[in-house]
Amino acid sequence: MFEAHTLLVGLILVDFMLLASSRLGSCIRQVAFQGLLLGLLSLAEHAGWGAPWRSWALALGSIGVKAVLFPWLLRRALRDADVRREMEPFVGFTASILVGVVMLGASLWIGTRLPLPAGVVSPLLVPVALFTMLVGLFLIVARRKAITQVLGYLVVENGIYLFGLTLAEDAPLSVELGVLLDAFVAVFIMGIMIYQINREFDHIDADRLTSLRDEAS
Amino acid sequence: MGLLLLGIACVAAGGIAALAASRSPARASRLAAAGVVTGAVLGLVAAGRVLLTARTEELVRAWDVPYGAIVLRLDPLAAIFLVPLFVLSALAAVYGTRYLADEAAHHSLGAHWFHLCTLLAAMAVVLLARNAVLFLVAWEVMSLAAYFLVTFSHEREEAREAGWTYLVATHLGTAFLLAMFVLLGRAAGSLDFDRMRQAGLAGSPLATAVFLLAVVGFGTKAGFFGLHVWLPEAHPAAPSHVSALMSGVMIKMGIFGLILVLSLLGPPRLWWGGALVGIGAASGVLGVLFALAQHDLKRLLAYHSVENIGIITLGLGLGVTGAAAGLPVVSFAGFAGALFHVLNHALFKGLLFLGAGAVAQATGSRNLDRQGGLLRRMPWTGGTFLVGAAAISGLPPLNGFVSEFLVYFGAFSAAVAPRGAVVVALVVIAALALIGGLAVACFAKAFGVVVLGEPRSTRARDAHEVGRAMRGPMALLALACVAVALAAPLALRLVAPAVAQVATALGVPAAEAPLVGATAAVTAVVWVFLAVIAGVALLALARRLLLRGRAVTRAGTWDCGYAAPTPRMQYTASSFAQPLVDLFSPLLRTERHETVPEGPFPAPGSFASHTADLAARAVYLPLFAGAAKALGSLRWLQHGRVQLYVLYIALTLLVLLVWKVAS
Repeated sequence: MFEAHTLLVGLILVDFMLLASSRLGSCIRQVAFQGLLLGLLSLAEHAGWGAPWRSWALALGSIGVKAVLFPWLLRRALRDADVRREMEPFVGFTASILVGVVMLGASLWIGTRLPLPAGVVSPLLVPVALFTMLVGLFLIVARRKAITQVLGYLVVENGIYLFGLTLAEDAPLSVELGVLLDAFVAVFIMGIMIYQINREFDHIDADRLTSLRDEAS
Repeated sequence: MGLLLLGIACVAAGGIAALAASRSPARASRLAAAGVVTGAVLGLVAAGRVLLTARTEELVRAWDVPYGAIVLRLDPLAAIFLVPLFVLSALAAVYGTRYLADEAAHHSLGAHWFHLCTLLAAMAVVLLARNAVLFLVAWEVMSLAAYFLVTFSHEREEAREAGWTYLVATHLGTAFLLAMFVLLGRAAGSLDFDRMRQAGLAGSPLATAVFLLAVVGFGTKAGFFGLHVWLPEAHPAAPSHVSALMSGVMIKMGIFGLILVLSLLGPPRLWWGGALVGIGAASGVLGVLFALAQHDLKRLLAYHSVENIGIITLGLGLGVTGAAAGLPVVSFAGFAGALFHVLNHALFKGLLFLGAGAVAQATGSRNLDRQGGLLRRMPWTGGTFLVGAAAISGLPPLNGFVSEFLVYFGAFSAAVAPRGAVVVALVVIAALALIGGLAVACFAKAFGVVVLGEPRSTRARDAHEVGRAMRGPMALLALACVAVALAAPLALRLVAPAVAQVATALGVPAAEAPLVGATAAVTAVVWVFLAVIAGVALLALARRLLLRGRAVTRAGTWDCGYAAPTPRMQYTASSFAQPLVDLFSPLLRTERHETVPEGPFPAPGSFASHTADLAARAVYLPLFAGAAKALGSLRWLQHGRVQLYVLYIALTLLVLLVWKVAS
């Protein structure tokens, strides 16, 4: 259950599934699953069941927020907005997977070159962290629905959290809590925004926000 | 040091208490003023002790911020700037409690006092900080607090514009400072000022680059002509006690910074002094010329700030020239004149701005041509304004004369010295003489039109003297102007340690002789003052004796023998200044809009004039218009697609990461 390698490979698979799925509901489920894997991973970092209470608290807190609270919020927004699928993304789903493969390769390459503190749990950790961040950014860039963008930000945050695990000994609890709080507030606000966008424009396509820009004077 | 920090803490606590008490504006004002006054008294004791004993106090603590360290040092140079800061802030805070009382309905006074106290505390930290990170942080806090103070009347378009102009100007200035500190820090390997001093940069091309960056960066804050565009906008927009603080103290932070950087660089080049003298002469002459053409009382005073910064810079330039040419007397007199003028300008410009605020509150307008005849209606305001006007014009027996005299003294010493620097000395003398004459003309105009004559508006006719909390600070400042002038030798003794500190840092051998010589000269000046005062007293006595037992009738001023004169027949502000404005019209370019009455049955005529700022018109407006046009061609980047914005960021980060990793 706490095998770091298995969890990391699981994360890679979830990332690819995110790139490939068009159903928004399953996207949310995958992000929730990713949150669960992350919580378990942070325990794996600290010797499984024998981890100190601080790690347990952090893991349970992050699972609670990422795997339960966020998905619940998002699913509610989804229900209100009455959309099911990501239609016409900027980058198609097959192409997305190919881009994902390139990004994974790049992450592995960068991971070998980054100077890192000794004693990292698994050599896969840093590449997976980078890959997750890139996937998140890619989702934000390549998808049209506001809700997918929120998911993208969440995935980026997951990547940052993963990266933080490599430095868990140095990074104090408060920093991780801070990041968690940031993400929570962001999702909260975006949930409201999606609701409002939907109410105003009858759709949640973020690319229509262009009408809000300054006009050249 | 502890005492001073306690004082700063008191000031900050006053601000926080005022913010907490925003609900009750009167209590917020009282709390803030109490904090500022307590803090000022503590701070003055601490600064005075350092000036009297010429001893340095220091506090060093580690700081988490990269390259930062908490290095605070109270040396004579900081102390000589702290004195006007604390004196003026206490008086301005007391004045503000009454001045703002009517604003409480429309504005949050708690926030205003919080920003004011923040400004004061940040300025004190700027003066003490001896680490570049700490200095810049305090500098930014100071600049931002001042922005919020300028935009106090944010419902007025004019105040918001002024705030923007100020904000842009101050940040451009800070950008130069940042570059300067980076250069210094790279050379020294540390951002502590002590290490920079030890780096021994004197004579290197780097020192010249740093000097030029400092002149632009600190000059923006100080308001050198050309970099001063924010001053005539921000000072009129701010509440008067804030204008007094900004003009009296905050712009001096630029002068302080310049002196600080000069002392980090060690022995200066000769041409630096010449450059400073040139800047000073330009600021002084152009500042007073533009002041002459203004109709807005506070705008006029703002241009006089540019002028006085010019005088201070003339003194600095003379001091640097003296240091580079090996003339200790010149160096001493130049620096002493500059530092002394910093103190004096805080006193009389603070007084004038407070007076302008009182006038504006009593008559509801800052326009010179809506005033008149206030001396009889507002004797305190009018009388203290006279003292301030005489002091800023450099007339005896007031403090402005003493500091300008010291600069003259240095310039004449340089002119007769065997070694070079004659040209510089002559420029200083000519510029000071021109500035002095024009300043007298300008204040003859301002004082005559505002305070003398007959009221030009109904509001001016019905004006009443302002409250005690506003009169008191003005009276005290006027008293201080006279007292400092009469105690000039003593004041010079207090300035001397700061001058010695600067001179030593610039490589001038320490000596007692310049101080002795200057003290002797200043003592002679004080005798002249006493003679002037005695002469005036004698004349007053003679007037009383001659008029005794005779009937004295009062007639309208400027009635020129007409049977039914109207106040509109008086000299206006622009007609009084017209001969001089016409003389300098190639520089001023005053726009006139006039309909001249013609023929035997003339139609109603009209006349209006407007003098736009030279630097704003000739440099900044075209510059910013050009920049806007050039950047307009990049507008396609701003298309409003969130996805592409994120793509820009992601790609940039990725490219940077790959570049860093691959190299």
